[in-house]
Amino acid sequence: MFLQTLVTGLSIGGIYALMAVGYSLVFSVLSFSNFAHGAVIMLGAYMGLGLAAKLNLGLGLVLSGAIAGAGVLAVLNERLAYRALRQRRAPSLYLMISAMGCAVFLENMVYATIGAKPYPFPDKITNQVLDIVRNIISFLGLAAEHSVIEIAGITLSLLDLAAFVISLLSIYALHIFIMKTRTGIAIRAGVDDLTMCSLMGVNTNRLIAVVFFLAGAFAGLAGVYLGIKYYVQPTMGSITNKAYIAAVIGGLGSLPGAFIGGLILGVLETFVSAYISSVWRDVYTFTLLIALLIWLPNGLLGHETEEKV
Amino acid sequence: MSAYIPYITHIFMIVGINIIAVTGLSIFTGFTGLFSLGHAAFVGIGAYISGILTYYEYTNYYVALLAGMAGATVASLIIGIPTLRAKLRSDYFAIATLGFGEALRVTLDNLDITNGARGLGLEVHTTPIVLLFSLVAVLFTASNFLKSRYGAACIAIREDSIAAEMSGVNLFRTRLLSLVLSAAFCGLSGGLLAHYFSFIKPDMFMLVQSTQLLATVIAGGMGSLSGPAIVSLVFMSLPEILRWLEMWRLPAYGLLLVLIMIHRPQGLMGYRELTDFFVIFKRREKGGKN
Repeated sequence: MFLQTLVTGLSIGGIYALMAVGYSLVFSVLSFSNFAHGAVIMLGAYMGLGLAAKLNLGLGLVLSGAIAGAGVLAVLNERLAYRALRQRRAPSLYLMISAMGCAVFLENMVYATIGAKPYPFPDKITNQVLDIVRNIISFLGLAAEHSVIEIAGITLSLLDLAAFVISLLSIYALHIFIMKTRTGIAIRAGVDDLTMCSLMGVNTNRLIAVVFFLAGAFAGLAGVYLGIKYYVQPTMGSITNKAYIAAVIGGLGSLPGAFIGGLILGVLETFVSAYISSVWRDVYTFTLLIALLIWLPNGLLGHETEEKV
Repeated sequence: MSAYIPYITHIFMIVGINIIAVTGLSIFTGFTGLFSLGHAAFVGIGAYISGILTYYEYTNYYVALLAGMAGATVASLIIGIPTLRAKLRSDYFAIATLGFGEALRVTLDNLDITNGARGLGLEVHTTPIVLLFSLVAVLFTASNFLKSRYGAACIAIREDSIAAEMSGVNLFRTRLLSLVLSAAFCGLSGGLLAHYFSFIKPDMFMLVQSTQLLATVIAGGMGSLSGPAIVSLVFMSLPEILRWLEMWRLPAYGLLLVLIMIHRPQGLMGYRELTDFFVIFKRREKGGKN
């Protein structure tokens, strides 16, 4: 029971991590909480759904379409709603309010145009994911049933397993990108001091566009996964509030922090549901958020961020 | 003409109830400069406490209204004391209030006494007279509070919290006072709302409603009581008059927030009041900037 709960928690945590990365990336450069990220995740899911159901495309094209689409959406979001504020050096709170406005706008536009009805992803896509996971597992010499695998008495859904591995790999890839490439070095310089970075000849507008594209790409990936596992609907954004909490736990602005924070939150929530009460789970989560903000505002791995006066 | 009277009364009721909550948030956000994404929770607490008291017939309506206000006040102390004492970054504070609002919604959804997500059906007690009386009382209290030394301290904190602290303003106590007062108004608004619509359920007091309140205050002007009241009149009555607008109300709120932040962060009225327009020439002579 204990081990099963732990494994379930880790697999949920992987998804939180995937979503938390987007919050952390933007926060690291612009130090504001981009609440529109949740809406981008939701729209990424709708884009994937559109490609899969209307155009009848396969998994690869659906994923790359959703990733690219959500990335472009995030870049557009920055250009239209944040850039003017950024250039005026408005307080980070104004950026957050603007982000909140974007979230409300995008979410309710979906309500008004597409409607509140939840849509499932086509079975074709789900089966494709399961096939790939099963092939990899049998390649490793293990046996998997239709959609679950049993190792040492623990039952694990293949979708959750895939999500955990994908989020681990993609966050690792992002980490390599930021550590090794030229653009990555520019991003790290921007995190340190954006003004200095632009004086040194980095095009900060382009740099920030890259950051938002990366955040959006992760949103697209997470959106498609959420759509496959649950449904695609306008209220998908509410789960992203949890991802934000995960980013706070790990320390906003830190990528390894986002990953660890996601896992901690996933495990914690699963244990609370399993051993205390599943209906009160969210109360614990939000109380934890408030307590963390008060006593550990920089999270586990974040560094000191002070508000500019 | 007389056929329109119930209709106009209805609009007056929803606008009036909204203005009470907006005035509450205006004191906290507009005049003290702290942003809250959880004020709908105080409205919800006021609505539920007063609603439960009349639903199970513990007390009469007026006592229930006061109890709702008291409940919202206590809740504001519970969330306010730790967060305001910690002097959080302003965006972290906003997020803490958001967490508080979400936690309250889950609580309301799962308690037996609140009837969970099914909600409570109540009797209608809020008459136009009661509302008018409350509205006048709230606006009178608010404008006097803002003219008092406490109000001046709030405004000083909004303008520059460090300079205010240097001048001897106690940041924690002043901010807490402002939060408590604003929560009390929101609680009253909740009690009136519950007994006007005669039905309450948890999703009437969610993040969306908190954002609506915040949008109204920001759009009306941070540092004005009449600005947010005017915007509240427009926001609440327009979708009632033009029904097809109802669906586009929320997207419009969102878009408006973004546009205001970019183009007019001071809002509709800025730091001015409606009454200022009548004395505008006198002010000019004095050389005042406003």
